[in-house]
Amino acid sequence: MSKRFLMGNEAIALGAIHAGVNVVSGYPGTPSTEILETVAKNNKDRNIYVEWSVNEKAALEVAAGAAYSGARALVTMKQVGLNVASDPLMSLAYVGVKGGMVVVSADDPGPISSQTEQDTRHFGQFAKLPVFDPSSPEEAYEMIQDAFEFSEKYGTPVLFRPTTRVDHGCASVEVRDSFEPNKPEGFVRDTKRWVIFPRASYLNHIKLEKRDPVLGDEFSSYRFNKLSGSGKIGIATHGISYAYTCEVLNGSGSEYKLLKISTPNPFPEKLALEFLDGLEEVVCIEELDPVIERALTYIIGKHHLNVTVHGKLDGAVQPAGENTVESVREVLSRFMDTKPCNAVSAQAPELPVRPPVLCAGCPHRASFYAVKQAAKGKKAVFAGDIGCYTLGNAMPLDMVDTCLCMGADVTIAQGIRRVDPDTVCFSFIGDSTFFASGMTGVVNAVYNQTDIILIVLDNSTTAMTGHQPHPGTGVTMMGDVCAKVSIPKILEAVGCTMVRTVDPLDLAAAEAAVSEAMEMKGVKAIIMKSPCIAVTKPAKLCSVDEKKCIGCKKCIRELGCPAIVLTDGRPAIEPSLCYGCGVCAQVCPVNAIGR
Amino acid sequence: MNNTLLCGVGGQGTVLASKLIAFAAMERGENVRTSETIGMSQRGGCVVSHVRAGENIDSPMLPKGSADVIIAFEPAEAVRNISYLKKGGTVIVNKKAVKPVTASLTGSAYDGSEALAYLEENVEKLVIIDGDDICEKCGSPKVLNIALLAAAAKSGALGMTVDELKNAIVKRIPEKFHELNLKAVELA
Repeated sequence: MSKRFLMGNEAIALGAIHAGVNVVSGYPGTPSTEILETVAKNNKDRNIYVEWSVNEKAALEVAAGAAYSGARALVTMKQVGLNVASDPLMSLAYVGVKGGMVVVSADDPGPISSQTEQDTRHFGQFAKLPVFDPSSPEEAYEMIQDAFEFSEKYGTPVLFRPTTRVDHGCASVEVRDSFEPNKPEGFVRDTKRWVIFPRASYLNHIKLEKRDPVLGDEFSSYRFNKLSGSGKIGIATHGISYAYTCEVLNGSGSEYKLLKISTPNPFPEKLALEFLDGLEEVVCIEELDPVIERALTYIIGKHHLNVTVHGKLDGAVQPAGENTVESVREVLSRFMDTKPCNAVSAQAPELPVRPPVLCAGCPHRASFYAVKQAAKGKKAVFAGDIGCYTLGNAMPLDMVDTCLCMGADVTIAQGIRRVDPDTVCFSFIGDSTFFASGMTGVVNAVYNQTDIILIVLDNSTTAMTGHQPHPGTGVTMMGDVCAKVSIPKILEAVGCTMVRTVDPLDLAAAEAAVSEAMEMKGVKAIIMKSPCIAVTKPAKLCSVDEKKCIGCKKCIRELGCPAIVLTDGRPAIEPSLCYGCGVCAQVCPVNAIGR
Repeated sequence: MNNTLLCGVGGQGTVLASKLIAFAAMERGENVRTSETIGMSQRGGCVVSHVRAGENIDSPMLPKGSADVIIAFEPAEAVRNISYLKKGGTVIVNKKAVKPVTASLTGSAYDGSEALAYLEENVEKLVIIDGDDICEKCGSPKVLNIALLAAAAKSGALGMTVDELKNAIVKRIPEKFHELNLKAVELA
């Protein structure tokens, strides 16, 4: 063993490698992304097959096929990605696997970078899958290896559910220096096993229901489900909230029983009964949904115990958002002594708010601006999507009217158009999102003859999650160069009436293309192609000629670029932020901005 | 145990700075826990890194009132996170304000001076750094994080010496940037 400083996601990746994983697939999504990237980085001898799949459903199916063939397979995604992958996953729970298969679905309490605060532990209950819930990077490293063992022992895929603070926290982790590689047998034909049919599903359903109590009993003695302490008050917790609980109680002198649940499904009932024995009150400290709280309430009822349960359901714990050391302290201090908080407080001055914004030089700013100018005075709706370009909603651009989920921009625009036929319906989609789930929506519009204008914001990368390659980039996670899948060729092939590629940084050309599209019938597509600034070198920077500037502030009012700041009432360009995109120079009415 | 909180605006280089502190602590044989802001906030939003080194650390995030030192890359961000500082703790702050787009749009007068005045009033051990000046002398805006780390190391509150910082730079940063960053250490 040797000690390494690892991010939780790196620990999960190394744990999977040390469990002999053969195939790793996934789709990027905060906070899960670094897991697959770390496997790829530690794969110099190419013994593991690693891919960014086109979306989570594809990723899960690739992993399932590998696990059918006896390989150990890992598939990674964020919680909303699990929704995309849920069709194959629900059925896979019935079919089962041969090689160990772990589905990592990273939850995001807060939410910090997500659309929902959904709880993957529920998904485990719903899909009838075992769930592992680590509380630290150290535990995650060990637990993912256990997850592969349980998966193989019970012939089922298992869910592994870290949350943001475990994924993105770093710690000193003891890791093994060597490991046993796993040699897959290969696919063995067995239609009764691998072909799902109603009769087989009925029989498999019975097996799953019989399995759960057995597995629940085994989980009651699982090494990372921990029961400690004594007294009449109990605390039941999980994940990062366990760390916060220890932080406020260790050394407080209070008497309490502490239960940490690392396997919320199937619930370790025997361990829970041991915990509840002799208790008068239980406080459940959970993030997202009250999963442990409901399980304990059920067990208390089933066994006619006289224990009062506190948590989210009775309002003792906040219903939404992240827990913190302070929030846990506040809850527990109503039931026992906690370590005091030593924060100093003095009335602070009003602070500037800092909502996230499109970077200085981001080509999306130019794309949104060009469409905004072309659509001025027209009745128009701008349907947006998931990615950096969701930030196009911020003032002054204000160019995102809807945002729901990956790929929805294309189809939401169609629904609006059906109700508002005299509205020009724009849909904005990024290149990675287009491949993930936008293409089918375009086919839907062409087939059903719904007039929309599709704006593909092609910055040649998956920017928001940290620049992962995708089918249009011509590289894979194995480091191979491959043919680029062409977005314009796809759009031409499915029957768009106009397919045009323009450089959005040439505002006049981009605006002209949009104006032309607005005059045409059918599904029109404009690909705004310009690379993300994070993957290119800056051009010659822009600056304001003070002699020419009339102080109209149009550049600030219309673009909202973080590099243009107001200094002594006049616009100035901050050189450390400017990328030299030149859009402000094109917007300035008196040519006061130049390179 | 040593608790450090680094705060700033997305893109200022807080993550690398926290990694260097963690690396130095690991080199000393200590256990480390850190927590970072990764994701949407990196696009110009507020970012915070928590670094905790020593034994028996449970939470990767600092409890409020526990920071030995706050390294603030921006004055308002120091004030925003001041509740993390323990009594008698040190604040290292870069004096230059980063104006958010919203401030330019609304014509708000935010320039960091009120935040600095607040810190001077309320923080006993305050070190104000002219990061711009150091960056200019080094010829790169990218050394702000190293300059602030060096100032923190020199204050004695960081639990990392200047020599340990130099060692971390040499071992953790690509060689072509060594000279630049070591110069920033000297100038801080």
